[in-house]
Amino acid sequence: MNTTSDLALITPDGVRRLIEVLTARGYRVIGPTVRNGAIGYDAIDGIDDFPVGWTDEQDGGYYRLRRRDDAAFFGYAVGPHSWKRYLHPPQLRLWRAERSGDDMRIIDEDDEPPRDAFIGVRACELNAIAIQDKVFLGGPYVDPHYRSRREGIFVVAVNCAVAGGTCFCASMGTGPRVGSGFDLALTEIVHDGAHRFLVECGTDVGAQVLTELPHRPAPPSDIEAARAIIERTAQSMGREMPATDVPALLRRNLEHSRWDNVAERCLTCGNCTMVCPTCFCTSVEDETDLSGATAARTRRWDSCFTMDFSYIHGGSVRSSTRARYRQWMTHKLSTWVDQFGTSGCVGCGRCISWCPVGIDITEEVRAIHEGECDGDDS
Amino acid sequence: MCLPMQSDPMQPVPVRVLTRRREVADTWTLELEPGDAAGRPFAPGQFNMLYVFGVGEIPISLSGDSADPHRQVHTVRAVGPVSRALAALSPAATVGLRGPFGQGWPVEAAAGADVVLIAGGLGLAPLRPALYYILSRRARYGRVALLYGTRSPGDILFRRELERWRRRLDLEAWVTVDYAGSDWVGCVGVVTNLVPSASFDPADTVAFVCGPEVMMRFAVAALQKAGVDDAAIHLSMERNMKCAIGHCGHCQFGPLFVCKDGPVLSFERIRGLLSRKEI
Amino acid sequence: MKGIEQIVREHPFFQGLDEAFCDLVCTCARNVRFDSGEYLLHEGGLADTLYLIRHGRVALEIAVPGRSAVRFQTLGDDELVGISWLVPPYRWAYDARAIELTRAIVMDAGCLRNKCESDHDLGYEVIKRLMPILVGRLQATRMQILDVYGAPG
Repeated sequence: MNTTSDLALITPDGVRRLIEVLTARGYRVIGPTVRNGAIGYDAIDGIDDFPVGWTDEQDGGYYRLRRRDDAAFFGYAVGPHSWKRYLHPPQLRLWRAERSGDDMRIIDEDDEPPRDAFIGVRACELNAIAIQDKVFLGGPYVDPHYRSRREGIFVVAVNCAVAGGTCFCASMGTGPRVGSGFDLALTEIVHDGAHRFLVECGTDVGAQVLTELPHRPAPPSDIEAARAIIERTAQSMGREMPATDVPALLRRNLEHSRWDNVAERCLTCGNCTMVCPTCFCTSVEDETDLSGATAARTRRWDSCFTMDFSYIHGGSVRSSTRARYRQWMTHKLSTWVDQFGTSGCVGCGRCISWCPVGIDITEEVRAIHEGECDGDDS
Repeated sequence: MCLPMQSDPMQPVPVRVLTRRREVADTWTLELEPGDAAGRPFAPGQFNMLYVFGVGEIPISLSGDSADPHRQVHTVRAVGPVSRALAALSPAATVGLRGPFGQGWPVEAAAGADVVLIAGGLGLAPLRPALYYILSRRARYGRVALLYGTRSPGDILFRRELERWRRRLDLEAWVTVDYAGSDWVGCVGVVTNLVPSASFDPADTVAFVCGPEVMMRFAVAALQKAGVDDAAIHLSMERNMKCAIGHCGHCQFGPLFVCKDGPVLSFERIRGLLSRKEI
Repeated sequence: MKGIEQIVREHPFFQGLDEAFCDLVCTCARNVRFDSGEYLLHEGGLADTLYLIRHGRVALEIAVPGRSAVRFQTLGDDELVGISWLVPPYRWAYDARAIELTRAIVMDAGCLRNKCESDHDLGYEVIKRLMPILVGRLQATRMQILDVYGAPG
């Protein structure tokens, strides 16, 4: 834990300077920006690219941008993008192959990703990155593409000052305060007049970068203001995961009638898996050119909601919507723990907001939980 | 046991087809180079990922002898685009190979016990390396029985080898078919019917089962009825294995990744999943 | 030479059967042998016997027009041939023939039915021994119908 003396204060100009410093250090700076009516993560040139004065309104199947009455940089919750699109790209050429006669050559695809600096990483997202680390780096096999992207990143985290309507990190123990995994962590303070940021250093590199920014020691009043902001965010979560042993609950309810109920609503579109910051499933596609002399393999994000996902000769193992939704949710909240020692859910709420029919993972758990409690009473 | 992996476990090594032999109507055995001068050591029950240029990649169990890491033997049933393309390859053709992957049969842990191998159809292929392993260390095991069931006499895999095994005095090899004409004098009936005929001590028996999932469920029931403990029954599961390294998510079976936690799994671990639909 | 009583007593089908019951069923039993190729019973024939194989092998077949008979099950040592004797109208549903030298106990089904009818305790004992065999064959038939080794559709 940092002592108060480690905490610094910077201004919006300090943030502007931060982007310059990171760029000068050779990073491609990725940060929040307004794109297509939502706040996404993209390469940014400066603070003008931030969603200044914007916030998001979220609910089941609902996401809208709204104007704030201030010029906050990070005054929103989370958008459809997560950082996984940079660490675990949606589409990636793995290799090419050339054939001539009976011979075949496999050619390594050049994969030299830029070194990324992420600005505006939320607590839930830091947890999501830590979870994907376990998937791609924690087992006997390491994904070299993930590793090469992951190793070089510089993380500027942000403590959430607003909770979205679908957020539930507080009940997942994954936010809103950032814990670890960042180089610098900001808390944006926009009330009481001046616009300023409390800065916490998480690494030596972060501390070095801070020295290159105009900063001053944080006064106790601002440290207290930041603490109050995070506390307020924690208290205003739009959703809450039921406080029960969810992995065990789902393990013993694989045949609960709620799965039939959710199957009547779920469109199996896979949006939840695309926006989820931890969903890691992929598929590969093999293609050849017309001459048949060169072939290539491309890896793409895949979703357990497709029929092909569980295909074995003859058909899909999970052909019903019920089974596919059950697979997604039980994996996310239950079997993930068996596999990786952690839940696969960080409470970011994206799957709720971006579900076209507003299916709410916390509500589905609650229904099963309460159904079980009713059963116990009878 | 494990091969030192190349830096990218997703990148195949080009290897040549050495021989190709037709086993039955739709099934071929391909012998491949190891793609490594030192050979490509594998454990009985493991699988390789085989890539056919431009067509795709599928998991295929190793069906040869693990004592010879210089020959990667695979028995392929031509049923899909990739398996058909594989089965059509002639010697000298090149395929991409990754592997070996997965957990194999617990052949070492079974030493000292009676061993019952129950194979259905093409399920004999992944069991053959286990049988080779046991027979080459025969004195270390108790009674050994192979129970093999397939569709009809014309579908019997590794026929000549089965005949050799049947002649051995230290191996009980039973073959049965689901249907036959009246010219077939062997057993007719499902493979599970053979369980009561095999001699083994259920209290000290390890069972290896491989075949279609339905057949394995029946086999487990027959073994349980005979008194074999759930923890001593091992099944080779099939799911949609794409990456083989637990990264792509396709082969999940409850909490398990069949590609890396399996394909061989003890029945005790999957008891609650096997009879459940659409897991 | 073993007497028929001892042979019946030792056959797994009657294992553990009460002495008095055993005496009763033995009066319905005698020894029989079939050479390879010899029929034990024919489809449609009167089901007035049942066979308990001692040693040998018997194939159950159904004739299919235009093809050779389809062999759907073979039975070996200690197994029972013939179940239709228990169910009216007592007609065989398939052919059974020895495919190697087969020694068996043949029982007079009418005799056994009468004894079971007049002593329901014996009847229940016989049914308890028959049911697992019936259920086992039913399950095996299901597995055959599934054609689990067939080419995936």
